[in-house]
Amino acid sequence: MSISYIYPEFEVVRNPSRCIACRVCERQCANEVHSYDAESGLMLSDESKCVDCQRCVSLCPTRALKIVKSDCRLRENANWSDNTIKEIYKQAGSGGVLLSSMGNPNPLPVYWDKILINASQVTNPPIDPLREPMETRVFLGSKPTEMKRTSDGGLDCTLSPQLELSMPVMFSAMSYGSISYNAHESLARAASELGLYYNTGEGGLHEDFYCYGENTIVQVASGRFGVHEEYLKAGAAIEIKMGQGAKPGIGGHLPGTKIVGDVSRTRMIPEGSDAISPAPHHDIYSIEDLRQLVYSLKEATEYKKPVIVKVAAVHNIAAIASGIARSGADIIAIDGFRGGTGAAPTRIRDNVGIPIELALAAVDQRLRDEGIRGNVSLVVGGSIRSASDVVKAIALGADACYIATAAVIALGCHLCRTCQTGKCNWGIATQRPELVKRLNPDIGSERLVNLMTAWRHEIMELMGGMGINSIEALRGNRLMLRGVNLTEKELEILGISHAGE
Amino acid sequence: MKRVYVNEEWCLGCHLCEYNCAFANSGLSDMVKALKGKIIRPNVRIEEDGGITYAVSCRHCDDPICVSSCISGALSKNDGTVCIDHDKCVGCLTCILVCPYGCVSQNEQGAVQKCELCLENISGYPACVQGCPNRAIVYEER
Amino acid sequence: MKLEGQVRIPSGCAISAVISREGNRMTGESIIKSMIPMHDRSNGLGGGFAAYGIYPEYRDFYAFHMFYDDDSSREACERVLREGFEIVKAEIIPVKKLPEITDVPLIWRYFITPLASVLSRLQLDENEYVARTVMKINSTVSGAYVFSSGKNMGAFKAVGFPEDVGRFYRLDEYEAYCWTAHGRYPTNTPGWWGGAHPFALLDYSIVHNGEISSYDANRRYIEMFGYKCTLQTDTEVITYIADYLIRRQGLTPEEAASVIAAPFWSTIETKSDVMKKRLTFLRTVYSSLLITGPFSIVLGYTGGLMALNDRLKLRSMVVADKDDKVFIASEEAAIRVMEPDAGNVYAPTGGEPVIVNVKDGAY
Repeated sequence: MSISYIYPEFEVVRNPSRCIACRVCERQCANEVHSYDAESGLMLSDESKCVDCQRCVSLCPTRALKIVKSDCRLRENANWSDNTIKEIYKQAGSGGVLLSSMGNPNPLPVYWDKILINASQVTNPPIDPLREPMETRVFLGSKPTEMKRTSDGGLDCTLSPQLELSMPVMFSAMSYGSISYNAHESLARAASELGLYYNTGEGGLHEDFYCYGENTIVQVASGRFGVHEEYLKAGAAIEIKMGQGAKPGIGGHLPGTKIVGDVSRTRMIPEGSDAISPAPHHDIYSIEDLRQLVYSLKEATEYKKPVIVKVAAVHNIAAIASGIARSGADIIAIDGFRGGTGAAPTRIRDNVGIPIELALAAVDQRLRDEGIRGNVSLVVGGSIRSASDVVKAIALGADACYIATAAVIALGCHLCRTCQTGKCNWGIATQRPELVKRLNPDIGSERLVNLMTAWRHEIMELMGGMGINSIEALRGNRLMLRGVNLTEKELEILGISHAGE
Repeated sequence: MKRVYVNEEWCLGCHLCEYNCAFANSGLSDMVKALKGKIIRPNVRIEEDGGITYAVSCRHCDDPICVSSCISGALSKNDGTVCIDHDKCVGCLTCILVCPYGCVSQNEQGAVQKCELCLENISGYPACVQGCPNRAIVYEER
Repeated sequence: MKLEGQVRIPSGCAISAVISREGNRMTGESIIKSMIPMHDRSNGLGGGFAAYGIYPEYRDFYAFHMFYDDDSSREACERVLREGFEIVKAEIIPVKKLPEITDVPLIWRYFITPLASVLSRLQLDENEYVARTVMKINSTVSGAYVFSSGKNMGAFKAVGFPEDVGRFYRLDEYEAYCWTAHGRYPTNTPGWWGGAHPFALLDYSIVHNGEISSYDANRRYIEMFGYKCTLQTDTEVITYIADYLIRRQGLTPEEAASVIAAPFWSTIETKSDVMKKRLTFLRTVYSSLLITGPFSIVLGYTGGLMALNDRLKLRSMVVADKDDKVFIASEEAAIRVMEPDAGNVYAPTGGEPVIVNVKDGAY
């Protein structure tokens, strides 16, 4: 290729009066953007390789660097955006499917931002979480619909297995392989310290992390990578992954370059082989097959673990969830179309699935209409970005939220969206040892604990403002929400009133 | 007694510790002014070989050989820290010869310099530790 | 302006109750007087009473108290009743015309019993069938509203101050072993009689002071089980919760109290293993029926009552007794009016249920 059709997306701006040529940028860039010219004593840059991960910016001791969007533009065209044209150049050059990472970045509506939360004034008092108890504990799992008495007239307190969470947030599935050993260790240790759960994703569980089993959700996906009896028994719950918000309708992709050493051993597949999970589970072509897998897993673990069924939010999600609720699943996890991923075909990531807010509202209402909301717990993910998103999700009807993008951001991710290259400069989405070591799990787990602690405080503040002192009284409490800038139809689906009503 | 320890498992070889050390001991308040265009002479240095990197600085030994070999009494151990009195140093460089870690070096004036844990300089806390992005250098009780 | 039920209207209130442990029957005179010193806790937009043991001659029949907008809604409602019930008596509830009570709807009373043939066809017990009929009338028959539906008990309510409402319904002519009363301070002017309290379903009645913050969580959960919250009031949803937990789930009033004012987890952890297991079970299984926000309630049922505060005790409520009588009110002054010599005055702590049962056979 002699012609470069695409001008680099970013510019590396180096302030020559501040640069001391310490070469930290050069050493830290796995993309090899920076180099040192000994003759002139100056740092040089090749911005065509820059992905704007901001590693160099963060480590530059004199703040001599910044990365800016290049202002070299194609001629303005409201129909043919720069991005659309550049994608055509890429495909015309490669003949391949475009790959992307992390969640859908397009300006589609974020309903969380159009929902506002209530607070008490006059008629009932707000509660101050600094002075009064404020409870965020949640139990996930199926609840009995009929109370039974024992022969002596006491309550029969038998419950199917439950997950106990100190707050309604869990770390969602990211496989060992798609993210690094140290990222997994950070998540596992943080979950354990916080009284929460992290999720293995479909890559199996590294033997070093069996000790965190009480706070681990083990996933069974269509590729069945790393699944064996001890693995199933190691976790606190088992999740069947039917789909993922970032790429509904297809399975996980992990390029062979990431299947090295322990990753290959943990997945139980040969080194260097691409781990391409099938689009469906080939033993589940319908809802009755799902029931069989749910019960096979329960049999294998002696009915001691709740089973989660995770699906992507798609058009018919309410009916699908209703089916799952009747399939023996204890928990349904729904992943919205903004959910992140280590690699997905761009067209699928950006065009398939529906927003989690609408999916959640529809599912919660449908399960209530059918009188089976108590049979299952609902966990939602797919871009839960803050404590207020959590509060809104709970008020719409979720029992808990799954977060992953927010968690990796806490670990240092700058959302450069190039996980698929395996050259993550922050040591998260990579298997290259010199990059993996950049994430010290002592720091990583501490930052995750900090993030969740901060969110928990914020959740308590918001609850207190509403006069609610226990998270279960917020669940499905849609009167606490009002919409702004929403159509009648959107309000109807969300089951909330417009602000001012 | 708190000391500077190195966790080589987490050392990225970024060399930031060297620059932070040089700046902390420069006596200046701006890093650019202190280091731009200069050859730095830090008291901590990154050793590298193959994929392994780690920082080396004065161990503040229990029985410091540099102190016992100092001919002018410029080196002494106070509260567990091996310190240097620049007024007494005659620049004989014996300490450099005897230090098994290579942690004493010559400064621009020809006399010697070494890590004094930044306790007396602008940083007030080991600058290599404070600036390490991955907790590969820590200052702690062990 | 929207009516109660089309919009949710928060309100503050006064409550009062008296019960005889011996089952001695008292006229309504004293409970009406008890509301007078608490006049300022109401604003004239709703008052009401519930009385237990007032219809001994019809004790086997459900007593339906009805509001009708007009005769056509009455006829429509009676058509629904005749489909499933034998109506042994239908009458206008006697009232005294007062200048303070205006916009009076048609107020009727029916003593009815479900037809055995209907029950066997639907395979329902009679309580369930009656409850469903109440939901059906209130949500589908325009202009008709069932505001009382229990056996040997009745609710009486209106727009007005409670002391006027009591005189209006001539409650001094009824005798009950248990009375509860309510004065309302809504923050809006619905002007609709159905919105006044107590709220009653079957023989459960609730008087309530407070504004619960868990309302929609409770409502959306309870509506899964056939209840329809047509009024959007706290009192309505609390009544349904009580009915669901006690009648349909078979919990005791104490157990129901551990659900709606569940102890904090930190408190549960201090309990014995058996209690811990029980309380954890109740809180986990019925988590959506936990009520948060300020409330003091008196739940009346056949043969007893339960008074309960929210877990933080955000509303006043005092209890006292004298001889066979137990008194409960928002303010001690109300109790003093009923019984100047009442003793053992105390304020129950948040979440601590006060349960008073009439001795067996005395009601």
